[in-house]
Amino acid sequence: MENELRILHLLEHDAKISAQSIAVMLGLEEEIVLKTIEKLEQEKVILGYGTIINWDRYGENGVTAMIDVKITPEREVGFNDIAKRICRFPEVKSVSLMSGTYDLSIVIAGNDLREVARFISHKLSALDRVQSTTTHFILKSYKQEGFIFEEPYEDKRLVVSP
Amino acid sequence: MNDMKKYLSETVRAIAPSGIRKFFDIVAKMDDVISLGVGEPDFVTPWHIREAALYSLEKGYTMYTSNQGLPELREEIARFKEKKTGLRYSPEKEVLVTIGVSEAVDLAFRALLAPGDEVLIPEPSYVSYAPGTVLASGKAVPVPTYDGDQYKLKAENLEACVTGKSKILVLAYPSNPTGAIMTKSDLEALLPIIIKNDLLVLSDEIYGELTYYEEPHVSIAALPGMKERTIMLDGFSKAYAMTGWRIGYVCAHADFIGAMNKIHQYTIMCAPIMGQKAAVEALRNGDKEMRNMVENYDYRRKLMLNGFRSIGLSCFEPQGAFYCFPDISVSGMNSEEFCQLLLEEKRVAAVPGNVFGVSGEGFARCCYAASVADIEEAIDRMGSFLRLHSREAI
Repeated sequence: MENELRILHLLEHDAKISAQSIAVMLGLEEEIVLKTIEKLEQEKVILGYGTIINWDRYGENGVTAMIDVKITPEREVGFNDIAKRICRFPEVKSVSLMSGTYDLSIVIAGNDLREVARFISHKLSALDRVQSTTTHFILKSYKQEGFIFEEPYEDKRLVVSP
Repeated sequence: MNDMKKYLSETVRAIAPSGIRKFFDIVAKMDDVISLGVGEPDFVTPWHIREAALYSLEKGYTMYTSNQGLPELREEIARFKEKKTGLRYSPEKEVLVTIGVSEAVDLAFRALLAPGDEVLIPEPSYVSYAPGTVLASGKAVPVPTYDGDQYKLKAENLEACVTGKSKILVLAYPSNPTGAIMTKSDLEALLPIIIKNDLLVLSDEIYGELTYYEEPHVSIAALPGMKERTIMLDGFSKAYAMTGWRIGYVCAHADFIGAMNKIHQYTIMCAPIMGQKAAVEALRNGDKEMRNMVENYDYRRKLMLNGFRSIGLSCFEPQGAFYCFPDISVSGMNSEEFCQLLLEEKRVAAVPGNVFGVSGEGFARCCYAASVADIEEAIDRMGSFLRLHSREAI
């Protein structure tokens, strides 16, 4: 269990790290590391290996919006079924159930403002139990998944010191 | 230009220039170097600590502190040491805050040594104890330690160097440059010699938290009868990634602290208040991030050790600090030749073992406070270097 957690922490920080390196760092057999990762993948603890990209820097001009959604919950299923339904739209990057004044927090990415607006009015608001939406467009990202966007790590140490 | 060297003091002239300095000058001129030559963490000081220092500046804490250091810092230090060693040091009388451990080393030597007094320094050793001894008119006596003993200080090697003039034994474990540690039983074996010869111990424990052994770091001060004999040095540089803040401290008998404070007050006045404020935050709230950093070093320690062994460099398993000290004799070169050629041909910087004393000859200090990618790349390059140069290849 402890090894699983350690492997997850290492992968969370660097998905490209090899099983061999993990094995050495944790003092495990490479075989065991591979099996553990496979198990975590099968159990859907590990869902995939993405990349954190600074799209602004690349020059891609897409827009991202965070939308607060109020939902009428339904007997027996609560918010789950509608949340799952919203998840299926490929434009939707993340969906979370929130405490507080609204229910779901959704992140949507599109090519431009119009595309996002169209999704909200045609798809999201049109869902039966959606009571209201409040949309916030992201103007600039500073930090995501622990990575600070405009301050890449720079080794400022002297190259040799006692 | 006139040669003004004749005006310099004999003592200073007699001190050899630092081997590290010489090597630094070569490396600094090169590009694309992967450096395993650093002697400090690759983490930046945790943000909450930096933020505490900023806040103290905002609040106008820009004045002197008492010579001994901020009372709240001394209290935190006493609490921290009690937790680690079970020993209670009085924050009023037995703790002194210094400009890094370096100042503390200097103060201790100057407060304790009379001309001719001998200081026993296990080697390979961090570079400042011997010059520090000489500057305080003492005599530095190297005590060899060996790869085969995992660079632990052995009683018989110590005893062979003790004379009637021996006064202080320097114990700096976990060790820079070897990564060696001294366990409780290793230390216990030294006690009869220390007591019999009435030695004081200058225990530099700056790497204490960076111990990867099953038993946490043990201070010799915590062994029976040793608290009074031990001048315990520690600081924030390594464990909390605070090298540039220059905050260290001494815990020792009130008479020693009084004497050291006398020198400190006339030469330094006090450690900078911003650093002291940051140090308070480190001790109060820094444990979690420190533990994370230590775990991270441990991963990279294993990576480097395994890497060296896989390319045919024999290396004992270091249990502390953030250095590996591989035996490079398979290359057929001495330490300086090896490090210089490795740098020129492969752009990897390691520190020649001989700069840490004669018993470091044939070894190189490699620091694993570097990124995983850099460690792996450095080992690849060293592997191909050895394939070209190792004695078997010739």
